[in-house]
Amino acid sequence: MSATADTAAGGGIGALGRGLGRVSGAVLPVLTVVACIVVLWYVAAIGMNRAWTLDAAQRQGVELTAGEIIADAMRQDRPVLPAPHQVAAELWNTTMGEPILRERRGEYRPNPRSLFFHAWQTLAPTLMGFVIGGLAGILLAVGIVHNRAMDLSVMPWAIASQTIPILAIAPMIIVVLNSIGLEGLIPKSLISAYLSFFPVVVGMVKGLRSPGAMDLDLLRTYSASGAETFWKLRLPASVPFLFASLKVGIAAALVGTIVAELPTGARFGLGARLLTGSYYGQTIQIWSALFMAAICAAALVATLSFVERVTLRRMGLDR
Amino acid sequence: MAAQTPTSKPAPVSPVIEARGLDLTFQTADGPVQALRDVNLTIDKGDFVSFIGPSGCGKTTLLRVIAALEHPTGGSITVNGMTPDEARRSRAYGYVFQAAGLYPWRTIEKNVKLPLEIMGFDRAEQESRVKDVLQLVDLEGFGNKFPWQLSGGMQQRASIARALAFDADLLLMDEPFGALDEIVRDHLNEQLLALWKRTEKTIGFVTHSIPEAVYLSTRIVVMSPRPGRITDVIESDLPAERPLDIRDTPEFLAIAHRVREGLRAGHAYED
Repeated sequence: MSATADTAAGGGIGALGRGLGRVSGAVLPVLTVVACIVVLWYVAAIGMNRAWTLDAAQRQGVELTAGEIIADAMRQDRPVLPAPHQVAAELWNTTMGEPILRERRGEYRPNPRSLFFHAWQTLAPTLMGFVIGGLAGILLAVGIVHNRAMDLSVMPWAIASQTIPILAIAPMIIVVLNSIGLEGLIPKSLISAYLSFFPVVVGMVKGLRSPGAMDLDLLRTYSASGAETFWKLRLPASVPFLFASLKVGIAAALVGTIVAELPTGARFGLGARLLTGSYYGQTIQIWSALFMAAICAAALVATLSFVERVTLRRMGLDR
Repeated sequence: MAAQTPTSKPAPVSPVIEARGLDLTFQTADGPVQALRDVNLTIDKGDFVSFIGPSGCGKTTLLRVIAALEHPTGGSITVNGMTPDEARRSRAYGYVFQAAGLYPWRTIEKNVKLPLEIMGFDRAEQESRVKDVLQLVDLEGFGNKFPWQLSGGMQQRASIARALAFDADLLLMDEPFGALDEIVRDHLNEQLLALWKRTEKTIGFVTHSIPEAVYLSTRIVVMSPRPGRITDVIESDLPAERPLDIRDTPEFLAIAHRVREGLRAGHAYED
């Protein structure tokens, strides 16, 4: 029997080794894909921007060589499609190249040229909206699973709520909330929550209903109450489902916040950055804001994945 | 353990389970299905009773009726002199399912503790009972393992420990070894017999294996399908001390033969 215990421990080490092997084995394919995308991007950027270069050259009556055309297509101020290095440079200059706080009239204020500042303006309502949406999703799911009336009535409304274009409803939510004196963080958070609660409801309902007939019968033989069934069986069984839907939910929350910034004339935040970029044709600014949004989403999902791994390992559900 | 005498049949005190004219009809989309018809059965304290029959004969349903997981549509049944629902509330039985059904997020120790938590035993009592029953099923030292770290046979032993933890006098087992291979199954059968003798529990055991039923039981209830009913009840005269090779003795084979005849008769009645 101790042999079995040893095998279990050996299996753990073996799994770790396999995990490391998988990571190093994944680096090369990932880098290859990234390299392909960058190459394609340069080709597309040159292809799309050269028309403007040729046009300008024609008006000045200058003949350009192919090399000059390519070089110019990659360093325009307002290219149709900025080249990767232009976006990278913009990202660098607006993050590392700018202080997050700067002195104005004797006091330190956030620096609106820092992309970190804008990212935080978007991340704060995203996180708050995610917490609100996540909690609302969990509570609704608990209600749906335990109450027949809610089971029949909530889901159709939840689905209907997601078919309304958020871009259409966001300004109205802002206006309504503004009229009752709420502005700033809260309205953005609520729109973000509006998008993030749905995947959590769906995943959590599935998770709470995941225990099989035998698992439930076992508790019946103990004459367990509904509350005991919830805490000792349904809730723990739903945890893997919860994390899967939280990851979808947090990405949706970020999209919700950015969308909430677009139609409302927000001055700060990644959405505002996208909006001003499009007003003034600052395509490089738009792309760097898009990249920042993607980086934020990746960081949020990665953080959740980490929490998920630790939690599931502690629960013995992650082998 | 060898010195113990058979515990079956002292004086006829009040039986652990008494069923009279038990009927159970399920209402399904295809119309009513009679799962049990006119089942009469008495199980006395300390009996090891096997229910054997082909699938669909209602043996599992009968066990579930005893456990108050299903409710009969006719006839009467008492468990410890109470209705099955009352008996369940007074923790009359431990139930072992076909699969171990351990909760994967709980360690073996925590799984065994589950009924104790729900029934409100205090902490110290929980600890000592878990220790005792894990020892009883030969799983000391595995309390901190998660179920997936154990073999199928060990998992099923843990689920037996869980059913024993609150010390009910009656153990209901629904094909507990059905999913295990023959070798593990033989081993567990031996252990189960030893455990039964040591704890003097009453056991109701559903199986579709003739050797398993004959090897384990003091009485064998032969059932047949459509509708589920009892066709024969066989008292085993095998000695209490049963090594595995008792299965090659003429006495054993005679009982097995009678079980087989009973099963065949049930089918002949059908066609």
